[in-house]
Amino acid sequence: MPKYMLIMRTTDETNAAFEESGLSFDDLLETMGRFNDEMINAGVLVAAEGLEDASKGVVVDYSQQPPVVTDGPYGETKELFSGFWILDVPSIEEAAAWAKKAPLAGPGAKAEIRRIPSIDEFPQDNEWIRKERAWRERTGQL
Amino acid sequence: MAPAAGHPVSVPDGGASSAGRGRSGPGPAEGDAATSARRAVEAVWRIESARVVGALARYTGDFALAEDVASDALAEALVSWPRDGVPRDPTAWLLATGRRRAIDAFRRRAGRDERYTALARDLDEGGAHAGATPAVAADPDLLWDPDRIDDDRLALVFVACHPVLSKEARVALTLRVVAGLTSEQVARAFLVPVPTIQARITRAKKTLAAARVPFEVPPADERAERLGSVLNVLYLIFTEGSTASGGDEWMRPDLAREAIRLARVLVRLVPGEPEAYGLLALLELTAARFPARTGSDGEPVLLADQDRRRWDASAIRRGRAALGRAVASGRGLGPYGLQAAIAEQHALAPSVEATDWDRIVVLYEALGRVAPSPVVELNRAVAVSMASGPASALELVDELVATDALGGSYLLPSVRGELLTRLGRRDEARAELALAARLCGNARERGVLERKIGAL
Repeated sequence: MPKYMLIMRTTDETNAAFEESGLSFDDLLETMGRFNDEMINAGVLVAAEGLEDASKGVVVDYSQQPPVVTDGPYGETKELFSGFWILDVPSIEEAAAWAKKAPLAGPGAKAEIRRIPSIDEFPQDNEWIRKERAWRERTGQL
Repeated sequence: MAPAAGHPVSVPDGGASSAGRGRSGPGPAEGDAATSARRAVEAVWRIESARVVGALARYTGDFALAEDVASDALAEALVSWPRDGVPRDPTAWLLATGRRRAIDAFRRRAGRDERYTALARDLDEGGAHAGATPAVAADPDLLWDPDRIDDDRLALVFVACHPVLSKEARVALTLRVVAGLTSEQVARAFLVPVPTIQARITRAKKTLAAARVPFEVPPADERAERLGSVLNVLYLIFTEGSTASGGDEWMRPDLAREAIRLARVLVRLVPGEPEAYGLLALLELTAARFPARTGSDGEPVLLADQDRRRWDASAIRRGRAALGRAVASGRGLGPYGLQAAIAEQHALAPSVEATDWDRIVVLYEALGRVAPSPVVELNRAVAVSMASGPASALELVDELVATDALGGSYLLPSVRGELLTRLGRRDEARAELALAARLCGNARERGVLERKIGAL
């Protein structure tokens, strides 16, 4: 069964606007918590994670070989991947309708929605797909 | 699971917000703007319908009227949102539109009954209907009370599944108002014309009005029976879906998936009810086998012959978690919980031979006591044959034959023939299997029986 990922994307401006808004981390937890709770109540939330600040991450750049590891954020990249939700809904329209309810705002804040194909959609006679299916079974992965 | 927090700016009211007044939803690469806009409206409706109908029902005190005006609001949205853009707060828009329609309806009735004049005035001022004290000062943009959303939604579930309605009406109404499917989608799901579904819903609303069914969560003394009806409706939706063929989900909504989603909604609304968890567990564990239930040419594959590697491991995990909640209630498992426990034994077993059949026999015994039925007894006999051999199972089957409870069904002679085959009583087996083949209405199943006869 396919699922949809809502990818939260923000920019430096988004983050600066949050700092200036005077909202506390508790406020953030509450509004996010309410949104997540609503999706749980509706039976659609599969998973969600938020990421630590990009300044604490590193970037591996493959434009030269061997790849170069640099400290985050992402050099010239303005958009930062800040978190995600995975939803069990039947259509991209419904995923988008949920995304519009997310408590996101501010300059540059975006949610990108991408379909996650089910493993059933890959060639079942492929050796690596078979191995991956076995691993998913053992670990109970999505 | 950590909340997806990140560092975006939060909106303190926790309500629907968006980065602005966008055009209608995203356009999948289908190039049909009208279809895409309609789907975007329908998607919002799927999420908001229960809240909208629930709030309008509470504020008007009239479920049938609430469903009417909510449908009108949806129809209006289907016209105006694609044209003017999706409003910033779609729920508030739907509620405001529905309320306006309700006031119009009350005004029309006011000519006949002056009681409605007061109702129309109250609603116009943003108040609740006479007799019910509004819990909050009604903000015209926020007709619902956030603290009562769950009560409204639960009342809606109970009303849609009310025992005064026919089973077909319960199913149609639940899919319409609780699951938020349009009449067109419900009609496609059941492969019947749209007017059939519309007539079913109209009739259901008339029945509820005639029976004076109040819009409320049922009182404690009715609760168990009423919950039983709700669980039964979700189970019916699921079984309808599990016999459906595949295809484009938008052409034919996936009812099994919808039933599972509704069961998840229900367990959040009635967290103290082990049977709600039992039903959710049964549906998840049954759906886990769907990927393996048909062969390459679409023929049904029996449990014993299924490629268990194709079972959905995450559905099994979710089903077992739900069953764990049912067990943890300490109130014992009901019929759905017991069936889930049987499904769990199959889910855990690497093969038919390595299945804990003794445990399954015990579970069938318990199921036969809380929900006695000849089909359960027959299943128990099959489990006994796997656990202790065909001779003891044949005794149970012969008891069923004596009571004639399954007379006319091919299942009984089919199982009896199978047991006799295993006991080496070939002539009797041949006669039983021939009887089963005569009674069997399904050509594919009949083919299986005839092959068994040929092999004797």
